[in-house]
Amino acid sequence: MKVTVFVSPKTTVLDPQGAAVEQAMKSLGHESVEGVRVGKTVTFEMPGEDSPETRSKLDELCDGLLSNPVIEDYRFEIEQG
Amino acid sequence: MKVAIIQFPGSNCDWDAEHAVNDVLGIPAKRIWHKSRLPTETEAVVVPGGFSFGDYLRCGAIARFSPIMSDLKEFAAKGGQVLGICNGFQILCEAGLLPGALLRNDCIEFRCVNQPLRVEDSNERFSRENLGPTLSLPIAHGEGNFRADDSVLSDLEANGQVLLRYDGNPNGSVNDIAGIRNPSGNVYGMMPHPERAVESHHPVQDGLSVLNAFFEPIQKTQSVELSPS
Repeated sequence: MKVTVFVSPKTTVLDPQGAAVEQAMKSLGHESVEGVRVGKTVTFEMPGEDSPETRSKLDELCDGLLSNPVIEDYRFEIEQG
Repeated sequence: MKVAIIQFPGSNCDWDAEHAVNDVLGIPAKRIWHKSRLPTETEAVVVPGGFSFGDYLRCGAIARFSPIMSDLKEFAAKGGQVLGICNGFQILCEAGLLPGALLRNDCIEFRCVNQPLRVEDSNERFSRENLGPTLSLPIAHGEGNFRADDSVLSDLEANGQVLLRYDGNPNGSVNDIAGIRNPSGNVYGMMPHPERAVESHHPVQDGLSVLNAFFEPIQKTQSVELSPS
């Protein structure tokens, strides 16, 4: 199965990168754009199928390595291969 | 060997730290590869600056899972003295040895200057009496913007765990925080580089008093004077 993890800065946390990108969008004339946040996606393959065990394994991977719970949120999508 | 300086792939202040501790302070120090065990004779650990594992994912996120980190956690739990400088501070936060996290500087720029700092009365060693009310130390980082949630932050302030604050905030760090310690006072982290401010040919020498304060528990000799240039 294919896993895609989306990591984004917590809404309560300042995102300087997002602010800079928003500024650039506005300077290109897209002045109505608001709330830009920059995160990252991590994709990988792993054996098995979508199950509570798989999801708890993925939580373990996401919570600490792929994201830092102090500053980031994550969610993942599972695509059966 | 008394002081272990942990060397990760991408560390780049490890040699400077070894020089400052070994040659300038005169405390035997050695660089220890991150896949090694922490030597049993270790009395203090420096986690140096740099870009461990290329800063991939987040600064310190991968170093945190290096083999030596389980020894380091045990060493810290038993009261061993640990100092994280710059990327070392980021690694200690990722590892949960210090609270909070370090985000991208709010200015987006990498900041590389001699930074004025205000000293806090944190404990006997890290006090205004011992270090003076202000210091100047080099900073060189792109992710030094310290953040913690409100309850963590109020604990840090209430327990006097803040060591140093920026005088003129270079990175957006909350409450101008430049360095903190853990509640028991054996794990220290700071963004400024004391190891780059120890020689008479360095623009500033305030790193000496900071390093002396950190190493005081393991130091038999008196404080170190600058060697003549």
